[in-house]
Parts: sequence; structure tokens; C-alpha cells
Amino acid sequence: MNINATLLGQAIAFALFVIFCMKYVWPPVVGALRERQKNIADGLAAASRAEGDLELAQKKATEKIKEAKDKASELIAQANKRADGIVDEAKEQANEERARILASAQSEIELESNRAREELRASVATLAIQGASSILKKEVDEKAHAQLLDDLAQQL
Amino acid sequence: MAGDTLTSSEYIKHHLTNLTYGQHPDGSWGLAHSAEEAKEMGFWAFHVDTLGFSIALGALFIFLFSKAAKSATSGVPGGLQNFVEWILEFVEDNVKSSFTGKNSFIGAMGMTVFVWILLMNAMDLVPVDFIPYLASLMGVHFLKVVPTTDPNATMGMALSVFALTLYYSFKIKRPGGFLAELAFHPFPKYMFPVNLLLEGVSLIAKPISLGLRLFGNMYAGEMIFILIALLPWYVQWTLSLPWAIFHILIVTLQAFIFMVLTIVYMDMAYTVDEH
Repeated sequence: MNINATLLGQAIAFALFVIFCMKYVWPPVVGALRERQKNIADGLAAASRAEGDLELAQKKATEKIKEAKDKASELIAQANKRADGIVDEAKEQANEERARILASAQSEIELESNRAREELRASVATLAIQGASSILKKEVDEKAHAQLLDDLAQQL
Repeated sequence: MAGDTLTSSEYIKHHLTNLTYGQHPDGSWGLAHSAEEAKEMGFWAFHVDTLGFSIALGALFIFLFSKAAKSATSGVPGGLQNFVEWILEFVEDNVKSSFTGKNSFIGAMGMTVFVWILLMNAMDLVPVDFIPYLASLMGVHFLKVVPTTDPNATMGMALSVFALTLYYSFKIKRPGGFLAELAFHPFPKYMFPVNLLLEGVSLIAKPISLGLRLFGNMYAGEMIFILIALLPWYVQWTLSLPWAIFHILIVTLQAFIFMVLTIVYMDMAYTVDEH
């Protein structure tokens, strides 16, 4: 093993090589590593952001669903109320109709019974006069006793 | 030996000699003191420097990566974790694009192969005399610091990969299917001796080319660094610097090629050919 200036020469070359690497090899490698790190960091940040967004969206969705449910129940209540109203109205109308029909029927019955009474009254008067004239065997002056007969017929 | 003057060829030879531990001709075990002595030890000898540096670099890899893995967060990664993830993603992309089977072992093997070879190759960028000089001060006279310039290391890895491809070939295709693939492949069945020869050669060529490609590239690179070191000291940097810069590419590329070929060979073991 002979040690001479070769060692020095190699040291110079090695120093230059190290400088070269520091200047031209190291930076791109470090740059690539940095970029990779940055990409990962960005990706993770994006992921966590997306997670937050998702949470927000879920919250919003549940809110919307709740709102929709409330609205639906409100609508149902309204519809129920309206249906009740319609039913009540119909009931009222039916009642009115019933009352009307009842009233007209009653008035008709009254009319009919009045007429029958009138008829009955007239025939009873005639019968009474005939009965009385046959009992008395004597002509009663119809005209003179008309007032009396009328009173009688009225009392029937 | 420090202080002795060496001729150029002696200098080169010295730099290409591994620190070898083995059995001396007299029967005692110990370190070889010259290249010839190392050669005499035959097969049952160990390159202590190759083993030491590769194991140390492997340990460094495991230490760094397990440290990053243990403190890994799912948030924004810090420096080391970011770097490790970067490499992991790179390897995973390659595995996904080349490997069609289903085996979680391939990704781990691909990453280990890539990072380990990258670290071993990167030892080439340390000036050729630095570490051997420090070692010589501590009394170690031979030291090759780049494990991948030792064919023992590269062929060792290549043969391990080969053994794995054989294992998975047998496991996935069954021995019969694997043999059929070798025997009935390029030509019709009745020409099976020709097929067997062709496929056999291409099968054997896989580990050899895999190991020798890495060894050849790194050995040639190291050789040129040694040759440059023979120049007068004040001009060395003019050649050494561009070569070192170029070597950044070689170091990465060879590690990458080894990894991709490993994955491709494993994929071939997994793919059942319809023939």
C-alpha cells in the first residue's frame, strides 16, 4: 500500500463531487420529496374538508327533512280542518233542508186538515139543518137562523 | 506495507484483491496475505470485505426502513417516512406493472433487492483509496469496498433469485407443467430434444446474465476509478468528477435493472404458457 498524493487528488475530486451533488442532485430529489409531502398534506386537508362538508350537508338534510315533515303535518291538519268544515257545512245544509221539508210538509198537512175540517164543517151544518128540520117537521128559516147555524158550525 | 512504492499494475492488482479468509495450504485458517495466497485457498474461502460491507449495508437498510415503518403515521409523512414511502411507491409501481400473479412476497423482495444493491453500488462513489487507506492504518491490507464488484456477491443474489423462480415454477405449474414448458415450447412436440436444449440454455442464461450484468457494470466502473487514481493527483478530478457524476446514473440504473429482472423472472415463473 503506497500512500501518496493520489489520496489528495481523490479528496479534491470527492469534494467537487459532493459539491456537484449538493448543487444539482440534492435539490431535485428534495424538491420531489417536498412536492410529495405537500400533495399528501393537500390531499389530507381536502379529505378533512370534505368530511366537514359532508357533516354540514347531513345536518342540512336532516333539517330539511324535519321542515318537510312539519309542513306535511301542518298540511294534514289544515286538510282535516277543512274536511271537518265541509262535513259541518254539509250537516248544516242537510239540517236546513230537513227543516225546510218538515216545515213544508207540516204546512201541507195543516192545509189539508183545514180543508178537511172546512168540508166537514160544511157537511155537518147541512146535516144539522136537515136533522133539525126533520125533527121539528117544520121549515126553519135558513136565512133567519143563518147566524145561529154559523155559530154552531164554528163550535164543532 | 504502507510507504512501499508500487508499480501501476501492482496498485491495480492490490485494489482488485479481496480480503480473503480461508484455509492456508498448511492447514491453518486465516487471512490471505496476497492474491496468490487467496487463490490457493480454493473454493472454501470467504471474502470478508464483501460479506462485511454487504451485511452492514443490508443492516443499514433494515434499520432505516424499519425505523420509518415503526414510526409511520397515516397523516402527513415526515422526512424519513416520506423518503421510504417514495421508494416503496416506486417499487410497487414496477411490481404492479410487471408482475401479474398474486404474491405479497414479490414486492418486499423487489424493494430489498433495489435498495440493497443501490446502497452497495453507491459505495463506488466513495473515492477508491479512502476506506482501504483507513483500513491499512488498522492493519488490514486488502479491502474492496464495493460488494457488487465481487462476482461472488452478484452471482449469489442471482442464484438466489434463480432458486426462487425454480421454486415458484414447480409450485405453480407442478413439475410436469414446468417440464412441458421446457420441452414443448418453441417447436412442435416431436422436436422436444431441440426444445429442451433451447429452453435449457435460456433458463440457465437467466441467472448468469442477471449476476454478470451487475458485476460487469460495477467492476468496469470501479476499474476506471482505479485507473483514474493512477493519474497525477492534480488532474485526477478532471476525469474522476465526470465519471462519478455519470456513475450516479449507473448505480441507480443497475439496481433498477436487477430489481425489474427479478420481478420479471418471478412473473415468468407464475405465468402458465398455453402451448
